[in-house]
Formats: sequence, C-alpha cells, structure tokens
Amino acid sequence: MEKNYKVIADTGIHARPATLLVQAAGKFESDINLEYNGRKVNLKSIMGVMSLGIGQGAEITISAEGSDAEAAIEALTETLKKEGLAE
Amino acid sequence: MTTMLNGIAASNGIAIAKAYRLIEPDLTVTKHVITDVDTEVNRFKAAIEKSVSELQAIRDRAEVELGADKAAIFEAHLLVVNDPELIGPIEEKIGAEKVNAESALKEVADMFVTMFESMDNEYMKERAADIRDVTKRVLAHLLGVQIPNPSMVTEEVIIVAEDLTPSDTAQLNRTYVKAFTTDIGGRTSHSAIMARSMEIPAVVGTKQATSSIQNGDIIIVDGLDGSVHINPTPELIAEYKQKAEAYEQQKAEWAKLLNEKTVSKDGHHVELVANIGTPNDIKGVIDNGGEGVGLYRTEFLYMGRDNFPTEDEQFEAYKAVLEGMTDGKPVVVRTLDIGGDKELPYLNLPHEMNPFLGFRAIRLCLDHQEMFRTQLRALLRASSYGNLKIMFPMIATLGEFRDAKAILLEEKEKLVAEGVTVSDSIEVGIMVEIPSTAVMADLFATEVDFFSIGTNDLIQYTMAADRMNERISYLYQPYNPAILRLVKQVIDAAHKEGKWAGMCGEMAGDENAIPLLLGLGLDEFSMSATSILKARSLISKLSKADMEKLAEQALQMKTNDEVLEAVQAAISVK
Repeated sequence: MEKNYKVIADTGIHARPATLLVQAAGKFESDINLEYNGRKVNLKSIMGVMSLGIGQGAEITISAEGSDAEAAIEALTETLKKEGLAE
Repeated sequence: MTTMLNGIAASNGIAIAKAYRLIEPDLTVTKHVITDVDTEVNRFKAAIEKSVSELQAIRDRAEVELGADKAAIFEAHLLVVNDPELIGPIEEKIGAEKVNAESALKEVADMFVTMFESMDNEYMKERAADIRDVTKRVLAHLLGVQIPNPSMVTEEVIIVAEDLTPSDTAQLNRTYVKAFTTDIGGRTSHSAIMARSMEIPAVVGTKQATSSIQNGDIIIVDGLDGSVHINPTPELIAEYKQKAEAYEQQKAEWAKLLNEKTVSKDGHHVELVANIGTPNDIKGVIDNGGEGVGLYRTEFLYMGRDNFPTEDEQFEAYKAVLEGMTDGKPVVVRTLDIGGDKELPYLNLPHEMNPFLGFRAIRLCLDHQEMFRTQLRALLRASSYGNLKIMFPMIATLGEFRDAKAILLEEKEKLVAEGVTVSDSIEVGIMVEIPSTAVMADLFATEVDFFSIGTNDLIQYTMAADRMNERISYLYQPYNPAILRLVKQVIDAAHKEGKWAGMCGEMAGDENAIPLLLGLGLDEFSMSATSILKARSLISKLSKADMEKLAEQALQMKTNDEVLEAVQAAISVK
C-alpha cells in the first residue's frame, strides 16, 4: 500500500526530520520505500533518504509491503504530521 | 627513566596524570583476496556491532554532558552505521569479489562520500563528513586500532595532541581533563586560550609531545616553566607535588585581593576584567576577582555544532552572562569573530590562501546580515539584564563601524516597536587590531564609545607575521616600540574624547607589559580570569607616576629586548 504527501516544512526533509523518519521506519518488518521525483529509495536508509534532497513543496510517496505495512504507513503519517513536515 | 620536553608555558599550574593521546590512528587499508567469505562477513558484522554500541554509549553520554543538540550528531552516525544501503553492498562486495572487509568498506563508503560531496546542497556536502567519521570508526574496529574518544574518558588525564582544534576541545570532558600538552602552537593558539579559560595548566609547542608520550604514561605538565616530564621518578613526583603546593599557597596569597579594587601604589585605579568564551566561565571570573568581562568571545556559541544557534539560544547565553555579572559590572560582548583560524563548517566558506587577512569577523557579518542581525537582536533583548557593551571585531575603516552600528540601531528600533525592553545605555565600541584603525584612532574616537586593543592580531598585522607560524615567532614582539607607540596613540585618542581604552589581547595579562600599559594610561585590562589576582598584586606595588616615566623612555627605545630589559629592571626593584 502507498500514500502521497506534500512536504510543508521549510527545511524540507533534511537532518532531524530524515533521522526521525528513518528511525520510525526501522521499527517495522515491511519493506518501506520513499519515492520522489521518479527516484525510489529504501526509507530505512538515512543515506538513501537524504540523497533525494527533498525540499519544501515536494510531492512524495511512501509505500510499504509486508505483514505490518498498514501500521507502518500509519506511524509514518503520524510522524510527518506531528513534526509539521508534510500533509 | 624520566624524559623531559620543553615547550611554551601557556597556562599556569601544575598537573600530574596519565597521558591520553588525542591522535588519529593509522587507518591505511590494503586490499587483498580472501578465501573464507563467511568469516570475513562475520568479522565485518562484529565491527559494525562494536561501532553501534560505542556510538550508543557516546550518544547517551553526550546527551547528559553536552545536551540533546550535541548528541544529535551521534544519533545521525548511528543511523549511518546501521544503514542497510551501506551494509548490504559491502557484504555483497565481500562475497562477490572475495576481498577483505576493510577494502570493501572503504570502496563502498568512498562512493557515498563522493556522491554526497558532489551534491549541490551545502547540508548534503556536510553529510559526507558523517559518513567519513562512521567509516573511520568501523575501520578502526576491523584493523584493531583505537580511535580516541575524549568524551568517554572516566579518569583524570592529560591530553596529548599535535594541536587542539576548537571541535576537539568542545568534546573534552572537563571533569577529567587536567592539562594539555601539544606539539605545536604558542601562547595565543586556540589550545592555549582554551586551557586558560578552563583554568588548567598547558605546555604547548613542545615539538615532540606526540612522538615521545604513549597512552597511559604518567606525565607532569608544568605550566609555570613550560616543561613536561614523562614517566617521572617518585622523587620528581614528590618535588612537583611540593611545587604545586607552593603555587597553591601563592594563589591563596593573591586571593586576599579578591574583593579589593585594583589600585596602584600612588592611588590610580584601573579595571581588571576577564576574557570568557561561554557562560560557564562566569564562575571563574567571580572566583578570581574579575571586575567584569572585557571580552566575551561569542564564536564558541557557534562552534561544535552543525547549524546556527537560534536567537533564543543566544539570548539565553547573553542573559546568563549579564545576570552573572551582578551589581552592574560591565560585560563587553564581541560580535561573531569567525574566519581566520576559527572555521564554521556549516557556513561553508571557500578556503582562503590568507585567512587572517581574509573574509572574517565584521567583514563576514556585514555580508551575512541575517546571521549578524540575529546575534544583535539576541544581544539587544538581553541588554536589560545587565551592563552590556557591544564591540565589533576587525574594524579597518570608519565605514565598517558606521554600517555595523546602523544595523544595530535598526534592529533596536524594530525591537522597541515590538514592545521589547532594550537598554538605552549600551556602549558601542570596537576592537583595535588593525594598524589602519590604530593610526586613525583620533577620528574613530569621535564616533565610538570605547576602544579595546586586540594585541594578538595588532602585533601580527603590524609586524606582518602570521602568529600560527612558528618559524617567525620571534616577530611576535609585544614590547617593540612600534607596538607601544600604536597603543599609546589609541589610549591618548580615547582620552582626548573622554572615552575609555581597554586591552583584551594576551599583552594585557603579561606581567612584563602591565607596567608599561599602566604608564601609558590604559583604563581596562582584560585577561584570563586566572591572571587577574596576580596582576592586581603587581599593580598594587607599582607607582603610576614611575611607570609613566618608564613608558616614556620605552617609546624612545629601539628594540623589543631593550624595552623588556628596562621593564624587568624596573619591576625587580619593587
């Protein structure tokens, strides 16, 4: 399953936000990917996420596949909202 | 057998403790073919595991000792060391190419480093450094060598290093670090300044500390005479314990002057204030009888982190210093003086051929106005909590001073319009460290509220001698009549306009310079807190009238040494 977001944080997804997302994704069994601008990376990889260089206004997609995919998407959505990163 | 090294006594005191080498180990990797893939992969996994637990411990420790934002960097390192996109390809490479783990790690990590470094974003370029750091840690475990972790020290140590950078000193655990000794550097290098601010002894510029001292050696650092003794005999240790005690006694003698004013034998009053780097240094100022702060180096707020301090963070620091200096004791805050030997990685400035003559201090601030305005706003907001004076560094022209002051007034107006209380009696002055400004001091004096002479830079610019270059250290001549004449010119110019003149370079705390400066009429002497009582004791024994005569003679002398001899002859009589 997957879900789309729009990044609202003015710093984009750098540094601390990226750390939080990767930490959140790491708690799940499922394969979780982040897609931006036609490139897809492993959301459990900090270097993958940062290499996308996601800025403010970016449209991103998070997809998860596996036993806890639904819970993973829910948790990641929660993190994005709580930190004011995306909507 | 005891070995002895000689260096420059950079910070007073005596320490005896185990050596801790703060030196990068040799992490050279050679590539070779392996036969047993499983063993090699397991060896790699074990190195990762060790690195993870090490980083967790460092992070936990950093959180307690340095705060959450300093710990965040290790949080990022932990994610990198656990990154499946890093670990996966390395394990594959070991299996597919049958190469040793060290070379697989290095090749994959280098690829990421190159990728991040080539990105068009400063933040990403910075991340290359994280990957390098993490790679070093894992490599060290693979190679069986140790990377120094000064923040993890749990016993009293003396730090032994080639030199200490600001980021090295930022991660030192102050509870356990008893002294420094380094291969290079002089009295004005960062390591020396830090040691004085931490109030621990230091001997710098020994040339061979790192090649002569092993981890765990017992060493004595004598910051009074500049010697370092390696593996001393019990007799020598006993002798040094006595010497340390005698020093403590002398300090106790000076301590009697703690709450006294600084007055010369013939009743002339001067102000003895301290140079500080952080709000934590305030305690040292009070414990050493400082009459205020003559130089608050705000750059330490900006160093050892990966982004700018916010306005609120700065406000809290400035407020803490102002409140710490009770009863309206003055606090002279120098606005950001970065560049030269002090770098801020996240500012990402291009490398310069001549950093001391380059884009630094006020030059940088007038160009990066957002950064400058944030600092000024924080200062203005804090101004109502004490007796704030603002000082701009590296002013070369009146135009620069006017521009900086105009920005300050703009921010003040904005804050007042927002309803914030801002003090109306903030003095605004400049550092005099560039000869052009010293020469024009009479005209500057009509516009500034005060001068503070920064002798470390004034001497290096006047003599055209890089103070980091040991081969020309003989040109660091504080008593050279050329320097004295400039100093006199600045003091006279200030007095003619009814302003005050201070000094915040090394020279202000130098017992051979103090008699001359007293004679030249200097109003305020700003020095390391630990030098204050000694200076107060010295001044109480000097007559200003006599020192005026001495200074007058010195101005007509021909060499540095001639002046030094005359001063020493004059004070030895006292």
